[in-house]
Amino acid sequence: MSTETVAAKKSEALFSKRRKAIVTDPLDDDNPVTVQVLGICSALAVTSKLEPTLVMSIAVTFVVIFSNLIVSLLRNAIPQRIRIIVQLGIVASLVIIVDQVLKAYLYDVSKVVGVYVGLIITNCIVMGRLEAFAMANKPYDSILDGLGSSFGYAWVILIVAFFRELLGSGTLFDIRVLPEAYVNNGLMTSPVGAFIIIGLIIWVQRWRNGYVEEA
Amino acid sequence: MQQSNGYVIGFAVAMTIILGGVLSFTAVSLNEKQKEEIALDTKKQIMLSVLPEMSESPKSEIAQVYDNRIQVVGINGKAIDAAVLQKLDISKEWKKLKKGQDAILPIYKFMSKDGKSVDSYILPMYGYGLWNDIWGYFALNSDLQTVRGVVFSHKGETPGLGARIGDKEVQDRYIGKKIFNGGKLTPIFMVKGEGHADLPNYEVDGLSGATLTANGLNEMVDRYLKEYKPFLEKGASAVSMAQ
Repeated sequence: MSTETVAAKKSEALFSKRRKAIVTDPLDDDNPVTVQVLGICSALAVTSKLEPTLVMSIAVTFVVIFSNLIVSLLRNAIPQRIRIIVQLGIVASLVIIVDQVLKAYLYDVSKVVGVYVGLIITNCIVMGRLEAFAMANKPYDSILDGLGSSFGYAWVILIVAFFRELLGSGTLFDIRVLPEAYVNNGLMTSPVGAFIIIGLIIWVQRWRNGYVEEA
Repeated sequence: MQQSNGYVIGFAVAMTIILGGVLSFTAVSLNEKQKEEIALDTKKQIMLSVLPEMSESPKSEIAQVYDNRIQVVGINGKAIDAAVLQKLDISKEWKKLKKGQDAILPIYKFMSKDGKSVDSYILPMYGYGLWNDIWGYFALNSDLQTVRGVVFSHKGETPGLGARIGDKEVQDRYIGKKIFNGGKLTPIFMVKGEGHADLPNYEVDGLSGATLTANGLNEMVDRYLKEYKPFLEKGASAVSMAQ
């Protein structure tokens, strides 16, 4: 976990090794879903079709990046005693803005994901990044951290959605890809299917990386 | 300095004002567009009860068909004033109905292509599901007896269980059912449990695991068909006399 403040040199390159690591770590070795096991609820709930999952990924990316940026900018001004409620206030406001924009411009999608967009407030990835990173790091680094974490979340749920929609409904983005003769797998349309696929992703990833849970 | 009570309170107040301001600005600036989307969506739901094949068409196309072929009348058969119609909100009228007050009960007449005869009548409905409001559009053939199609929607029923009232597969079970049984108005009821075969004309197969949502749906259909009874009976006898 990149929780410690790394004293950055004044003339650090825009894409230095350290900064690249901030973005790439959460994609694989430090993935919020598969390694830190955060944000699982929404990964189970919104992944039955690709379209709402994509919208959810974009919404989470927006919220994580901007809340990271805002909290990082204010990190020296936020009083320690009320920092959690300040973070929550910022996250909640961003979530409401996303929800309102979806209602205005993507009404059909918002009918499907509306409930879950509201629940981004309780997504541990968002609060986790604010507490662990943005409160102690500079704005640019915080943006990179938000980018890494949200993409780490996004690729996992997009893969889950890909298999759930393909096997559960025989479609991708609501376009029929499997032959009509294919019998839809009801297990995949229910949240149980998401559990199985996330489990498989975690298995493959840990086998590949040789990750071992600390005792 | 950061730890003083004055600073903490000041920070909290400033944050509340700024966030409140940003949120109000967003809500106000997007309000018009949201209303437009909701109006378009309502038109789509109404049209899908009679033209399910349009479910993939763009909303603007559906709205065009709506504007060309739908006429709205009150329960007395007379057209509703445009200004009233503009503000009409079925959920508000439903609250009046529950209190026993006079409510406006609009009937959407779906006209044939030449605009001379009525193809079907669409009755809007509103009620409670298990968790939140549900609503629907109940389309009857021009004989005012046979169900042509229904569209149900909901605010917060459980996905996979009660939310299935929004599925086409469930809604299609209503098609072809009759609301009159031996000359008597018999509301169509969703039975408990799923997988029934050979149900009579006034019953449809139920939703396994969503009995309370089905109960809410039944209550809604029952309440509204009874409210529309004067129109339905008058219309039904007029139709049969004409034949």
